[in-house]
Amino acid sequence: MPRQTLDREFQHLQEEILLLGSMVEQAILDSVSGLKQHDLAIARRVYKGDAAINEKRFAIENAILVLIATQQPMAHDLRFLAAMLEVDTELERIGDYAKGIGKITILLGESNINIPVRELDRMAEVGVGMLHKALSAFINEDSDLARTIPAEDDEVDDLYNRIYHLLVASMISNPALIDHANYLLWVAHNLERTADRATNLCERTVFLATGELMEIETSSEDDELDEI
Amino acid sequence: MQTISSTAGEVTSRELRQPQSPLVTIKGEPLPLTSSKFVLSDLAFYYGKVQALAGISITIPANHITAIIGPSGCGKSTLLRTLNRMNDLIPKTRIEGQVFLDGDDIYSPNVDVVDVRRRVGMVFQRPNPFPMSIYDNVSYGPRLYGVTKRADLDQIVEFSLQQAALWDEVKDKLTQSGMALSGGQQQRLCIARALAVEPDAILMDEPASALDPIATLKIEELMQTLKSSYTIVIVTHNMQQAARVSEFTAFMMIDQNRAGTLVEFGETAQIFTRPKNRQTEDYVTGRFG
Ligand SMILES: Nc1ncnc2c1ncn2[C@@H]1O[C@H](COP(=O)(O)OP(=O)(O)OP(=O)(O)O)[C@@H](O)[C@H]1O
Ligand SMILES: [Mg+2]
Repeated sequence: MPRQTLDREFQHLQEEILLLGSMVEQAILDSVSGLKQHDLAIARRVYKGDAAINEKRFAIENAILVLIATQQPMAHDLRFLAAMLEVDTELERIGDYAKGIGKITILLGESNINIPVRELDRMAEVGVGMLHKALSAFINEDSDLARTIPAEDDEVDDLYNRIYHLLVASMISNPALIDHANYLLWVAHNLERTADRATNLCERTVFLATGELMEIETSSEDDELDEI
Repeated sequence: MQTISSTAGEVTSRELRQPQSPLVTIKGEPLPLTSSKFVLSDLAFYYGKVQALAGISITIPANHITAIIGPSGCGKSTLLRTLNRMNDLIPKTRIEGQVFLDGDDIYSPNVDVVDVRRRVGMVFQRPNPFPMSIYDNVSYGPRLYGVTKRADLDQIVEFSLQQAALWDEVKDKLTQSGMALSGGQQQRLCIARALAVEPDAILMDEPASALDPIATLKIEELMQTLKSSYTIVIVTHNMQQAARVSEFTAFMMIDQNRAGTLVEFGETAQIFTRPKNRQTEDYVTGRFG
């Protein structure tokens, strides 16, 4: 069978992207557990660990560019590499969110601000869960699964809104905490964006499987106009 | 350069005799001395008074596929033929510089040309099976080199055809004429024939240009499986093919005197994503004018 070599390269890329995905998932979960426990050692580890994520991202990007330059990919092969490139970038950005949360944990230090632990935990759990499923849908080119995942983003958005109100309330009641509350708002923002990027992965999966370039609508996106 | 001074004492390893280009790297690491198959040093070649190659120095790594690309007439085939002294067969030709094969200068006077051609096999553009059976096509070389026992020949024929990914297609018709096979099968038969004499290296001059795309991809896949045991050097007009199959690429062009020169040599991934030389960039992007 011709082009076995290319298929092997594709398989290798899939393994690498799964590895990058699990590094990123772990980074998000660690960053939130560091924040909850005021554990600066964990926070620093996540912060520094981003370098390894970046490195892997560039290695994958380079491998994809070499395959595009040397293998003349067509049709599904081309969509595969284009989608991989996008997923590679999305994952790296999520890694940046984890790093950001690590940095905020360090900045907060021993702050006595009330961290909305339950909500942030749940956000991380849902966001990472979406990411995990989105990645396996991507690897299996399962567009049906990919289309169902973005709906979970609604819960993440609700949690974000709840955290937003909690933090604004605490800013009002204690203006000395405004800076720290703002930091925590960034944490929530990063987790919310993590779920959004998982949705982007799902869109890439539909593209990969069907060739269709589309945005998967989530109900929260309808609300966005209301907020403007 | 290839003579060992007496002060070198016991250190008479082959590597000492051959010059080594320090530029060859594999994934950023310098190529170990022992893993070069051919080392060309300041090679020049003349057809009569016409200089076809000038100043070519290149190290070709062992057990890898190296592609030679460049515009028509830049000397790719000529360079390839210097690697097993095929050019000797063309009258009034002359070579300067050295070609080392595993550390031995193949142009030094005491060298057995027949042995060089056994160690370095060749596959041509048009499949050229001998007008005899498939079996005889493959066993011809080994017989020439002294293998006589039928059982040994049987084994060589099967092994070579298997290595050439042709065995399953022909095992029931070994006595049929090699000419009766399809073009792609004929080319794989020629590869089996080259493998039958246990060469170290195989030179291929546009081995797929007479084949359809599927037969071409089969040859390309075959090259991938062969490279663990052989060093392969391929000349191809088809830049995409060079990109697909090779790990190292040499880009040649003619200089102001119309002699072929080496413009850039490097890992194929590098040549096709970030060539160092402007002329290479223009050529691989199709802007060559
Ligand atoms: N047998 C020969 N006698 C005289 N000149 C020759 C001979 N073979 C090649 N040449 C000349 O040497 C130069 C290099 O030829 P060569 O066949 O090596 O180029 P090439 O890069 O393989 O070209 P192509 O891509 O068209 O096969 C050309 O100018 C050619 O005319
Ligand atoms: Mg030629």
